[in-house]
Amino acid sequence: MEELSRNIVEALGLNPFWEQVFYALAIIVVAVVVFMAALTIAGLLTYLERRVAGRIQSRVGPNRVGPLGLLQWLADGLKLVMKEDLIPACADRPMFRLAPYAVVVGVFAAFVSVPFGQLLIAADLNVGIIYLLAITSLVSVGVLMSGWASNNKWSLLGGIRSAAQIVSYEVPSALSILSVVLLAGTLSMQGIIQAQGGQEYHAEFWARGGWPWNWFIFHNPFAFIAFFLYFTAAVAEGNRTPFDLPEAESELVSGYNTEYSGMRFAGFFLGEFANIYLMSAVATTLFFGGWQIPGILPEEQASSWSLQLMGLLIFVFKAAIGCFVVIWLRWTLPRLRVDQLMGLCYKYLVPFAFICLGGNAVYILLIKAGSTFDWIVHGAMTLFGFALVVYFFVRVTHHIRLVKDRVDFDILSRGTKKPFDPAVQTRRYGRHRKGARALEITGQQGKEIG
Amino acid sequence: MGALSSYFSAVGRTIATLGDGLAVTFSYLFRKPVTLQYPDRTVEPLISTLPERSRGILEIDIDVCTGCTMCAKQCPIDCIHVEVVKDPETNQRMLTRFDIDIAKCMFCGLCVESCPASGLRHSHEFEGAMSDVARLMLHFVDKPLPVAKPPKKDEPVQTKPKGSIVREMLRDPWARTRKSKPKAEECGDIG
Repeated sequence: MEELSRNIVEALGLNPFWEQVFYALAIIVVAVVVFMAALTIAGLLTYLERRVAGRIQSRVGPNRVGPLGLLQWLADGLKLVMKEDLIPACADRPMFRLAPYAVVVGVFAAFVSVPFGQLLIAADLNVGIIYLLAITSLVSVGVLMSGWASNNKWSLLGGIRSAAQIVSYEVPSALSILSVVLLAGTLSMQGIIQAQGGQEYHAEFWARGGWPWNWFIFHNPFAFIAFFLYFTAAVAEGNRTPFDLPEAESELVSGYNTEYSGMRFAGFFLGEFANIYLMSAVATTLFFGGWQIPGILPEEQASSWSLQLMGLLIFVFKAAIGCFVVIWLRWTLPRLRVDQLMGLCYKYLVPFAFICLGGNAVYILLIKAGSTFDWIVHGAMTLFGFALVVYFFVRVTHHIRLVKDRVDFDILSRGTKKPFDPAVQTRRYGRHRKGARALEITGQQGKEIG
Repeated sequence: MGALSSYFSAVGRTIATLGDGLAVTFSYLFRKPVTLQYPDRTVEPLISTLPERSRGILEIDIDVCTGCTMCAKQCPIDCIHVEVVKDPETNQRMLTRFDIDIAKCMFCGLCVESCPASGLRHSHEFEGAMSDVARLMLHFVDKPLPVAKPPKKDEPVQTKPKGSIVREMLRDPWARTRKSKPKAEECGDIG
């Protein structure tokens, strides 16, 4: 951007003072673009969450606003903007007002160093991943602030829980990230992705670019475990179910954001959903090869616009799968107890994270990168990973077979396309037009089910 | 060694059960939704699927009303207002007002049981959302009309089909309540 502003000034023949002005303008434009992109992603994720939750609970989910309900998030946002912004009488007013901004800034500032493609990154900081870890800690400050300022016991408990949780889970998360940093030899986000492009001196097609066996998750068994540790810790840091103790609806009445309404509440909400994308994007960067295209070296990719676009799509696709997994986990697992949460962190995740870090270090020391044994380990880990996925889908087909005729593979449909078959409807919903028949029908239904 | 093996078996169990749990919820993504998308994706209007004796919005066939005001007396929350006046010229009892406040009605059915002419009944209509709560005050008498004779015992009373009266009244939820502002006494207790 500095070069760009210098070029503009030179082309226009202005004095060097204008360089600073153009630089500031460029920064503002980039900041707005990144912020808007992150907002859109967060909004779409709220829609995805509701659709996935709907299907998992045998419902349809929002499907009225726009095609397939895709504009639902805009309608929700509009509703929240127009709502009254309430501040409780005894709240700590300045802090109450400030807290959502801390959360929003904490999450959205992290998007600065999240890559979308090879050239699509707002700022490729040389301390990228450390910056990410540091700036997202601002979220816990905001949550604690809102909990304290609300002057509400539930909010305060939620805030304290959140702080305890984030501080605890920062340890395994940082340790597993450190494993990747060891493998990549850099802290820069783009550098980490670059390092997953295979060895450049390998001319073979199968060794270049973003093949799965070049990803860090399949680098060695320790890196494989490190991914799961990172993902678990990231879900916990994002306050998502099964680790959503800070906003446990059933015990803390939504926790730290109980007293918030309108746009301030939307701030917390957008922060949470932007954080889902953030953790998925970071996982994609660290473990899944980011924007690397199979068979194409980063140098080739940098020279072509179409390859750039492909890299962007690949990155967003991988991140979207990560987001889906986070949402899917939420509708699968029940919430943990506080002691279980801390036990999981300190008794399981932290020791395993240390083992992974040490294991990775030893692996790098003992095994020469690019040696035959190295390739065998990559290949074996990739096979193992794909075997796990295949086994998983075998289990899924098993469960689908169990539900027999109640299967509907058209999951994007607006619910039921064909109107209900009256006979089926009668059986399922017990239509009682005539008293006697109604009894007969319900009797039948009871027999069928029981 | 016992502690260590139980530690690792706990880890293994967690992973195995988590994986299978995820498989179950994933399979649910391919299940038919069981929900009925009300109101426009039902085979027939939902109203026709209601049980015969379901208590919908009250309606009165004013042509068979005897003006006995039993229903108004029975109503525990006074949501029925009936006025009968004697016409000084013809000496005929005239029904001048029969209002039911659906916003207040609790659908207990006591009025229906008390009606000697079976002109008052629960229709099957239930979609009564209105832009203005005053529109839920249903006026069944437009201009004064003579009351009907009480029916003889065991004689069936001919009434209009169920729901035909009230459906007309509830048809347009966004219609303006009145041209002019209604008077306080006209609106009953709503004000």
